[in-house]
This record gives sequence, structure tokens and C-alpha cells, in this order.
Amino acid sequence: MIKVDGLTKRYARTVAVDDISFEVEKGRIVGFLGPNGAGKTTTMRVLTCFLPPTRGGVEVGGFDVLKQPLEVKRRIGYLPETPPLYPEMEVTEYLNFVASLKRIPKAETRQRVDQAIERCSLGEVRNLLQSKLSKGYRQRVGLAQAIIHNPDVLVLDEPTAGLDPKQILETRQLIKNLAGDHTIILSTHILPEVEQTCEQVIIINKGKLVAKDTVDNLTRRLRGSEAVAVEVEGRDGPLDAGEVRQRLEQVPGVSRVLAKAGGQNRCSFEVESLQGRSIRAEMARAVVEAGWNLTELRPVAFSLEEIFLQLTASEEPAAAGGEK
Amino acid sequence: MRNTWAIYRKELKSYFASPIAYLLMAAFALIFGYFFYAATAIFVTRGMESQMMGRGMPMDMNEWVIRPLLMNVSVIALFLIPMITMRLFAEEKRSGTIELLMTSPVRDVEIIAGKWLAAETLLASILGISALNLIFLFIHGQPDWRPILIGYLGLLLQGGALLAIGAFISTTTRNQIIAGGATFAACLLLWILDWVSSYETAAWAKVMTYLSVVTHFEPFSKGILDTKDVVFYLSVIFLGLFLTARSMESLRWRA
Ligand SMILES: Nc1ncnc2c1ncn2[C@@H]1O[C@H](COP(=O)(O)OP(=O)(O)OP(=O)(O)O)[C@@H](O)[C@H]1O
Ligand SMILES: [Mg+2]
Repeated sequence: MIKVDGLTKRYARTVAVDDISFEVEKGRIVGFLGPNGAGKTTTMRVLTCFLPPTRGGVEVGGFDVLKQPLEVKRRIGYLPETPPLYPEMEVTEYLNFVASLKRIPKAETRQRVDQAIERCSLGEVRNLLQSKLSKGYRQRVGLAQAIIHNPDVLVLDEPTAGLDPKQILETRQLIKNLAGDHTIILSTHILPEVEQTCEQVIIINKGKLVAKDTVDNLTRRLRGSEAVAVEVEGRDGPLDAGEVRQRLEQVPGVSRVLAKAGGQNRCSFEVESLQGRSIRAEMARAVVEAGWNLTELRPVAFSLEEIFLQLTASEEPAAAGGEK
Repeated sequence: MRNTWAIYRKELKSYFASPIAYLLMAAFALIFGYFFYAATAIFVTRGMESQMMGRGMPMDMNEWVIRPLLMNVSVIALFLIPMITMRLFAEEKRSGTIELLMTSPVRDVEIIAGKWLAAETLLASILGISALNLIFLFIHGQPDWRPILIGYLGLLLQGGALLAIGAFISTTTRNQIIAGGATFAACLLLWILDWVSSYETAAWAKVMTYLSVVTHFEPFSKGILDTKDVVFYLSVIFLGLFLTARSMESLRWRA
């Protein structure tokens, strides 16, 4: 349904999106993850024909965003980062306006507007001026605006930003219900959101693709490798942290070693294993054989949060997200 | 077509939902009322003078009242234009609603047409207030109505041309004040361009005089409908809207 091939988007100076490729099949929900300034909004703006790509091909529903923008726009519902509301319009009036922009036939407009209002629980504010809406309601009106014409593809830029916890749950449920007929791509910083709502994750950082996988695979990948907190103490006299690090890195199955804290004669590290390798026993032996004391050896849980930070913090994204 | 209509209605609504439309109408009514009073007062005193001097020839109301009034209105309109056009695109860019418009299955020309027509409608309703004053002339005298209609047509054409330029300027910034200021400067420039003709007769002065919007309005104020002036205004409208469209396109490039 969505096909992005080598997309690059450059603003005057910055390269906001750098050679990203991914595909989304019909009916899927995809989470688009990345820290601030990663290029999520920019990618979504290209998908929705708001910005043209600098390079690369983008197709939505089989139509190219540059060659047939009208066809693409007809099939897309878009919730921008800031909900596009007109302060001087009432909610219902606004939705009527959007309905005519989206070419909904006159006869259906009323029903579609009512449906959108109901789905986004806007009943209470339907006759309120949009300038008087709270942040959460603004977000919901933005969502109503995006789904009103029942588009094939929904592009939602941080759909749950500014909502209260109850609303967040309801919105996630709504998004889940919409999947199936609709292909949904949503951006977020919140990881549990991806775990709960999405089937597929795309992680980008500084404009580069870091990982793309199904949520299940990603979680499995995390379980497959292990992270261990290690604390080492010098037996007699001070300890050279660099030397310890070097020794740990030589242990077979270790993928990387992160220094955590160091002191006069003790230092601690976090050590990650390669996929499917158990390293604790080997590591204990290595430390003891080197003549140090092993004061702590503790497995640490790998959360999606950590993987995310890890992937997005690494300087060489290709190495971390090499799979697939 | 339906999209243009939707945008047109939305624009008109936002003009009349904010105080701007009423403010402009009130200001214009006041200024026009003043000019109207001055013009009729002169007309009446002159008329009495010529009667006392025994010249029975009745004075031409069109020549003495309506023509100077129309010329005045055409200048007042220059000041109204920036206030009407400044928010057209700048505000949508600032608030982010431009993202809704530009990601909906609507052509740029439909958006531009809707906005320009709404601006022209607001201008027409402001100018319409002056027509209320003119009713008095019909009650108390017999002015010829044809030159009046032509005069108003000229006002709408001249206004439409400046509105198109203002719309273009509004696409270039997200700041209403800047858009308004630049449009005002442009209007002023197009007004004073013909001043050179009073002391310069070189070719460049002729070109500048030709480009002055006021030069082309003068025949309209006399009730003369000349195709070459109509063509001038229509070309400026077209050019302005064309530039607006190009600018909207490049807006996508620059974001
Ligand atoms: N209009 C613009 N002109 C120039 N640079 C821009 C523009 N918009 C975004 N950028 C830059 O492009 C990069 C990506 O921005 P983008 O808004 O896509 O990030 P994001 O992933 O949506 O971030 P956030 O999570 O904060 O919303 C940033 O470095 C930003 O500074
Ligand atoms: Mg963003």
C-alpha cells in the first residue's frame, strides 16, 4: 500500500531524511519511531504530498506522490503534528468543511460527520468554537478530520500527544479498530504504544533508517541477546579500567561493552551478548583468570526502551539494525 | 468547483466572524461619508452661485459629485486592500491549516480562486456601503446611472488586481503584518507610478504611467468603458493569481 524507495528529503541546509526505504502492506499498522528531529514528520509530509521528495520514489496505493498527487491525496487521511483547526469555526461546521474538501458527496456528509464525531467522542463539544477547545479535544478533532472520508491510508503524526490516559487507551483502541480496512502509519515517541498497537516498527534516527521489523521479531531479538551488569574489583592495588574492558571484549559472544562507573580500584560495565549467546559463565572465568575479583554479575532486563535508545544512540545505525 | 465554493464560504465566514470586516466597513463608511458631504456641499453652493449669476444651465451631477467621489474611493481602496489580503495565506501557514488544504484532494487553483473571490466579495460589500449614500443623489436629483455602474465596475477591477497582488504577497510569509506592510507598499507604489508623467515624458515614464493602476481607473470614473483598461486590469489579476499559484508550489519545495 505504501512504498518508499530511497527517499531523501533535504531542506535548505539540513538533510532531514536520508535514503529511507520501506514498504507497508495493506491493512497493517506501522509504528514510526524516532527521537526528536529524526525526520518522522518530514517523511509523513512527503507521504501526504505536502512536501515533494528531493530524491527517491514514494507510492501510496499504487500512485506516485509526484505524478498523481490528487489520487494519493484522495486516499489519505492525515493528522499533522499540530491539528489543522480554524479557531473561528465550530467543530461540526469544520468537519462539514473538511468533508467537502475531501469530496464526500453532499448526501453522505451528515452521516459521515456524525460518525466521525461519535468515533472520536466529540459529542460534548460539537457546537463549540475550535478556539475554545482543550489540547486533547483539538487532537481528537484532528483525528476526526483525518478519518472522516474513510481513507485507505491513515497517516497520524503523534496521534496520542496531549491526550489523557483514558483517551490514550480509547484512541489506541480506535486505531486498532480502523486497521484491517485501513493501512495506518503512526509516529510516536512512546514505546509501549508501539508494542500495543502496531504490528510493525520502523525506527529512524537523524534521518537514517535504523531498524524495520515486526514488533514480535524485535522483541524476540531482545530476548535472544542478553545484557549483563558486571562489577570488577582489583585484588591488590588500583585497577586499569581500559585493561578490564579490553579483557571483557575478548570474551567470545560479547557484542559490546559499555563502561558504567569507575572508581579507584573497581569499575562496572554493562556487557551485551550477541544473538542467542550466553556469556555469563565465560565472563566470570575471564575476570577471575585475569586476577580480579568479580563483585557483581547480574543479568539486566532488555526493554524495548533500551533497544530504542541503543539503536538510536549508536553512531553507526547500519551495524545495530543490520538485520533484514 | 465545489471545492472553490467550500473555500470561498470558509474565507467569507472568517472575515465576518472576526471584527476585521466590520472595522473596514465602518472606517470606509466614515471616510466616504466625509467625502460625500464635501462633494455635495461644493455642488450645492456652486449651483446656487451660478443660479444667482443668472446662468440657468443646471450643473452635471455626474461630473461634479460622482466623478471626484469615485476617484477618491479608488484611492481609499488602496488602503483597504492590504487589510483584506494579508491573512489569506500567511495565517494558514502560521496556524498549520495549510497542511490540511494542501493534503486534501483540491487543486491549488481552486484554493486560490476561492480565496480571491472571497476577498473580492468583501471588497464589494465594503464599497457597497458607498452606494447607500448615492441613493440620496437619486432622490434629490437625476444623475445618469450608467457612468456610476461603470465606475463601480472599475473599482472592482482595480481592487481585484490589487487583491491578486496582495494574495501573492501573502503566500510568501507566515507573518500577517509583514504581508500587510509589503502589500501596502506595493499598492502605494502602483498608485504613485504615474506621478512621473507630470514632469517626465521619456519612454520609461510612459511605461510607469501605464503600469499605474490609477491611470487606468480615470476613464472608468468618467463613465467610459475602454477595453484596453479592462484588459489591463484582467491581465494584472491573472498575473497576480498566477504568481500566487507558483508561489504555492514553491512553498512545497521550501516548506
Ligand atoms: N521547514 C523546515 N526547514 C528546515 N529544516 C527543517 C524543517 N522542518 C524540519 N526541519 C529539520 O528536519 C529535521 C527533521 O525534522 P522532523 O520534524 O521531521 O523531525 P521529527 O522526527 O518529526 O521530530 P519530532 O519528534 O520532534 O516531531 C530536523 O533536524 C529539523 O530541524
Ligand atoms: Mg514530528
